Amino acid sequence: MSVRVGVISFPGSNCEHDVLEGLSSLGADAEIIWHADRSLKGADAVIIPGGFAHGDYLRCGAIARFSPIMESVTQFAMAGGPVLGICNGFQVLTEAGLLPGALMRNSGLRFLCENATLEVVNDSSILTSMNQAGDQIRLPINHGEGNYTCDAETLARIEDQGQVVLRYMDNPNGSVARIAGVSNEMGNVVGLMPHPERAFDLLFGSADGRSLFASVLGAAEHFSVSKRDSADSVGRS
Amino acid sequence: MNFAVTIDVRGVEGIADPEGRTIERALGSLGFSGASTVRVGKVITFDLEADDRSSAESTVREMCDRLLANPVIERYEITVSTSS
Repeated sequence: MSVRVGVISFPGSNCEHDVLEGLSSLGADAEIIWHADRSLKGADAVIIPGGFAHGDYLRCGAIARFSPIMESVTQFAMAGGPVLGICNGFQVLTEAGLLPGALMRNSGLRFLCENATLEVVNDSSILTSMNQAGDQIRLPINHGEGNYTCDAETLARIEDQGQVVLRYMDNPNGSVARIAGVSNEMGNVVGLMPHPERAFDLLFGSADGRSLFASVLGAAEHFSVSKRDSADSVGRS
Repeated sequence: MNFAVTIDVRGVEGIADPEGRTIERALGSLGFSGASTVRVGKVITFDLEADDRSSAESTVREMCDRLLANPVIERYEITVSTSS
């Protein structure tokens, strides 16, 4: 049975079909879930795609985090379910408090649309389990507000606990410690500014996104099995 | 009672403000050499119906904490005045 992935769509999301396509090409049973729904429909993993949810009004992700579906996403994350936020999805997860830090205007104030070289820092996250720490990968970036920041205490803590997942090699947006992707403490929630779904074929310049999504599907499968096991053990007791 | 609310949202001190820095450079290049530590924030205004000033203020604080400001990067100042 293939794993089920819910891809959340807000008014203003614009990468959900690319994510869906990438997941389907890897054999996943992926479905778009509207932000006003409350059910994740039995998903084994959740991806919040890029775009400009709710027009990015107030702050990127600030309105989206209160969309009805986010309550279920938060519960799913708390239960250990794999959650990935890409670009705007990363901003939504920081606003929701599911990931540390925040994303500000790029230090050069320009919207960046280019390829970025990244270093895999932590290879045990739900996103990077098929890579090795130290790997360099190439993914497109496409954002105006990807400048990751957090206070010094938080930075020391996330570095210490291995929550930095990816770093830019040349830090195009001025992120603190060149951070391009972080995880939560449990490691089941990851956010990154670059777009793995746009690096699925060498025709587009890179296929490095494939192993990242394959890693998420691996985590989804693992989570689905553990859900079934715990349901079984509840059934037996 | 009806209150006029003004919320001044600014970046936390010590966190880079690239927009403020760019404006500071632009001011300098126009010859306004004395301007320093330029910061850019936003102002949110609205009218609020509340029983009294203190309940208006506590409502606005809750609005800020939950939605209007992100404590990781922003601080806010609230002004509540009686509407004329």
